[in-house]
Order: sequence, then C-alpha cells, then structure tokens
Amino acid sequence: MSTPIILMQQVHKRYSIGGIEVHALRGVDLSIQRGEFVAIMGPSGSGKSTLMNVIGCLDPPDTGIYHLNDADVTALGGDALARVRNRTVGFVFQSFNLLARTSALENVEMPLIYAGVDKRERRQRATVLLKKFGLADRLYHQPSQLSGGQQQRVAIARALVNSPAILLADEPTGNLDTASGEEVMDILEDLNRHEGATVIVITHEHEVAARAHRVLILRDGMLDG
Amino acid sequence: MGEMTGIATLHLALRALQRNRVRAMLTAIGVIVGVGSVIAMLGIAAGSQQRVADELEKLGTNNVSVRAGSATRSGVRAWAGTATRLMVADAEAIRELPGVVAVAPYVRRPLQVRYRGTNWATEVAGVTPAYLPIKLWELEQGEFFTDWHVERAAHVCVLGYTVAFELFGLKNPVGDVILVKQIACRVLGVLSKKGTSSSGSDQDDIVLMPITTMQRKIIGKTYIQRILVQTPDQDTALRVQQAVRLLMRQRHRLQPNQDDDFRVGSSADLAQASQESARVFTWLLGSIASVSLVVGGIGIMNIMLVSVTERTREIGIRRALGARRKDILAQFLVEALVLSGTGGLLGVFLGIAAALAIGRLSELPVSIVPWSVGLAFMFSGLVGVIFGLYPAQKAASLRPVDALRYE
Repeated sequence: MSTPIILMQQVHKRYSIGGIEVHALRGVDLSIQRGEFVAIMGPSGSGKSTLMNVIGCLDPPDTGIYHLNDADVTALGGDALARVRNRTVGFVFQSFNLLARTSALENVEMPLIYAGVDKRERRQRATVLLKKFGLADRLYHQPSQLSGGQQQRVAIARALVNSPAILLADEPTGNLDTASGEEVMDILEDLNRHEGATVIVITHEHEVAARAHRVLILRDGMLDG
Repeated sequence: MGEMTGIATLHLALRALQRNRVRAMLTAIGVIVGVGSVIAMLGIAAGSQQRVADELEKLGTNNVSVRAGSATRSGVRAWAGTATRLMVADAEAIRELPGVVAVAPYVRRPLQVRYRGTNWATEVAGVTPAYLPIKLWELEQGEFFTDWHVERAAHVCVLGYTVAFELFGLKNPVGDVILVKQIACRVLGVLSKKGTSSSGSDQDDIVLMPITTMQRKIIGKTYIQRILVQTPDQDTALRVQQAVRLLMRQRHRLQPNQDDDFRVGSSADLAQASQESARVFTWLLGSIASVSLVVGGIGIMNIMLVSVTERTREIGIRRALGARRKDILAQFLVEALVLSGTGGLLGVFLGIAAALAIGRLSELPVSIVPWSVGLAFMFSGLVGVIFGLYPAQKAASLRPVDALRYE
C-alpha cells in the first residue's frame, strides 16, 4: 500500500472572532488513502469548516504535521500554498462560489489562468469537462442563468480542470433540492469509482455521508473514526 | 505548467472591467474631465499669453522714450528752462549708444491748420523719417518726407487720417497745399489709420512735418520734447533705458544731488508687467486644472476601494483557486491603469476639442501646448498607479479564508 495522500498528525488550529479565542481543532489525526471516498461529519461548531480550510490549504495549521500528496505543506508560505491549492486541491463549495457575470466556460478556465496554461488549451479543457457534465449548451451562460444543480456542476468542472490530487467538497448539496443534490453526488461517486479520484466530502446530511466508503465524525475539534 | 503571464493578467483585468462597464465608465469620466481640463485650460492660458505678446508687439515693447521736463515737482529747479533742455544733439548722442537701432527726435505743438475755407485744430509734430518705422506706422497714400526735406527744412507735411478727412473729405489731399501757421505746406502723403491710443486720444489727429521746418519756421525754438529710441528687443530696451539716463545726466551736467530734468520711460516695463500677469494667469488655470485631475484620481481610488470591498468574495474565490497575492495585486493595478490610461487618452481628445470650442466661442486665441498633453497624460497614468496601488494592496492582503467567508 502506498503512502496516504493526506496525513495529519496532532493538528491544532485556533482563531479568534471578535477577541474570543476559539480552539477549533484540538489535535486532529487524519489519514486518507489515494482513491478513497471519505465523508467528514459533525455537528455545527465542531470545527468542520476549519478542518476543511486546513485540508484545502486555505489556512495553515498552528501546530502539528500536515502532508498532502507526499509533500509537507505544514509551514508553507502564502504563494506556495496558492500553488498547492491551484495544482493539488479541487474545491466544491456549498454556495458554488462561481464568479458572477462570467460565463461557465470562463469560470471553469480560471484555475488554469493561474497555472499559466495558454488560452487555447484552457478553452479546450474547460469545454471537455463542461460537456462531460451535460452543460454543452450552457458554455456561455452566466451563473445567474443556470439552475443550482447546473451551477454546482460548473463548480465541479472547475474543481477538476487542473487535475487535482484531491477533490474537497464542503456541503456540496447544501444549497440544492433533493434531485439536484443526488445528481451532484452521483457525479462525485462516479468520479471516485471510475476515475479513481480521491473525494472528501464535508457534510451533515446522512444521505450524503452514506455514499462514502468511510465516515469520520468531528466532535469538539477531534476526529473519531 | 508555468506562471501567469502578463497577457493573462491584462485579459483578466479587461474582463473584470467589462463586467462592471458602468462603474468603469463613471471612473474614467473623472480622469477624462481632469485631463481634458488641464489641456483646455493650459491651451487657453497659452493663447492669452500669445495675445498679450501680440498686443505688446503692436505697442512696440522695444522702444525707449526720453521726454523733456523733470518728473519731480519737488525741490528747487537749478535754473529757468531746465524743463525744456532736450536737443537734437541729445538724440544724436543716444544713437551712438550700444543696442540702439534708430532714434527719432520729436517736437509738437497744438495748432490750427487750414485748407481753403476749412480749418481744424490739431497737433503738429516735427519728426525725422526714422519716426515712421519706430512707430510701426504706414502710409495710406503718397509718401513720407526724406532726410533731403529735413536738411532743407522743406515746407512739406504728411497728414494723419483724421486730419485728412476733416480738411479734404473724401478728396485725395496728396499734392495739395495746407496752411500751418501761415506757412504753406505741400501734402506728401496720408498716414494709415492707427485708431485710439491706450490713453483714449485719437492718434490719427496729427500732422507730421520735418523737425527742422517745425523748429525754424513754426515755433522758432531749437529744443525738442521727446526722443524715441528703438532697440532690437525688450531686454535691450531695459538696458538702453538705463544707459540713456546716465548719458543724459552726463550731457546735462547734472550733479548727483540734482533730479533728472528729463524722463526716460519704456513700454518694456509695461510689457514685463503684462507678461507677469499672463504667467500668473497660466499658473492659476493650471492649478485649477490640476485640482480637477486630483479629484479624478480620488474618484479612481474611491471606485477601486468600493470595488475591493464589493469583490472581496471574488478575490477569495480567485485565491482559493490558486491566485497568488501578486496576481491579485497585478489585476487590480492593471484595472486602475487601464481606466486611467483610456480616461487620459479620451481626456486628451476632449481637452483639445473643448479648447478649440472655447476659442471659437470667446474669440480668444487658443493654442494647444504639446507638453501639456504629455504632462496631463503622464499625470493620469501616475494617478492610476498611486490611487490604484492602495486598493490593490488591500485586496491582495486579504486572507483567502476571510475573503471567501465575506458576504
């Protein structure tokens, strides 16, 4: 068995909101193998978002060790973290986080712009992915002209466009109706099963968690599997 | 895979501006008006300066005049007659001074002139042929008298436009004879119309005759009232003015404690004052215009700051997807530069158009100053960088987590 794609040991993270110190992560140990489909659950305030930010390299841990895709990312600086996010992590957000007044195609191309990919290849790779998710006739539509399910599919295409090592989804069905939510989960499941993508879903819905191979529960800043 | 290219940054910035077309246009208008007003105002100022220069040239700013009589009324006069101690010899001495191009002595009297039954009270002036070019005066009809006439104290004269009209009506007076104090003078020519002087008198109400004729036949005295001195330019005029004064004091044997018994003046003084006021005018207009440019710049900063706040989430998304701090910084900076650059360019056109329009409406001369175009355009670029840098810095330094969480 190869080394885990995500390896966290004793990760702590504190932050303060309005002067009140919150000890959000209190010694998280986490190991995820390549090709796994993992769900992380927990009640609100359990530190799910903080953990997601640390896994996604949006926020470095205060203490502890974090290895992502065979590289130590514990103490990387801002630009290096931006590079890791660009190359290694594909984000899917609850609220889609697409750029308004920007076509689906341009939204999907965005990570490739920061990766320095030339325009023609950007367009080609974005188009392929959007077609794959059934949005061939929506390439030039703006987010406001798309349904929630379609927007989330654009977001998944954007997450995948730079061939990341992990796909990190934060409540991906949270803003969707049941049918669209299932559609999105089908896509994630399919990517995991047929393309070997490592998928991590953070959710509080049991139907969503049920799709995963493994469910981890975050409670008071600590994980128990 | 490499890094983001400059072209990609420009592309991003342009797309972002395109998405916020109205906001971008409103911002650019600030710069357009700023740059436009700098160019228009400096154009008007330059035109006015040119107008002043032209007017002064008509006045003859390079002339110095020496008049008889003391400028000081106080003190005891040394002896009688000091007020009229200017002679033709003085004029000849002045001609030898360095920087003097020509000298014209001048003596005048208010007199009655007659032609057949008509008579007219006017001013009769004795001059030399040098007088005409110094006064930049031309002839309407006939010709002027020559040195030959002066040597012989010939009974000839040249009429001012008004005198010619009053005595002869529409008839051509050249060749006819008028009476000046019982002396019959043949009319050689008529001067062109010069109009009203700055002091309000009719400059065309005059009869010119050889200075010798005037001195010997008309008034019977040899003093003169005035010497006109021509120099090549304004600066020389100021120097010659000093030299003439010293020379005259010397020639009149004035003691250091005695006042001048003559007055030396020149339009160069007036010219200096006018040019100074035109310069002040230029600075005034320039400052007003600069203020509007700065206001335009603050407009850019304002919009860019609002834009940073409004686009915090966008910045967060971009950061999450792999944009580095400097990518965000570059995007916002390029946005500001594109705004101020295109604003500057449009402002140049607007400024030129406005200057020409104002010139036409007000009939003021307007000249577009090339350096003002360069200056205004460069300044607008600078405004873009300076007022774009702070918001860009602010945008780039947001933590990605905070930016993403922003609602």
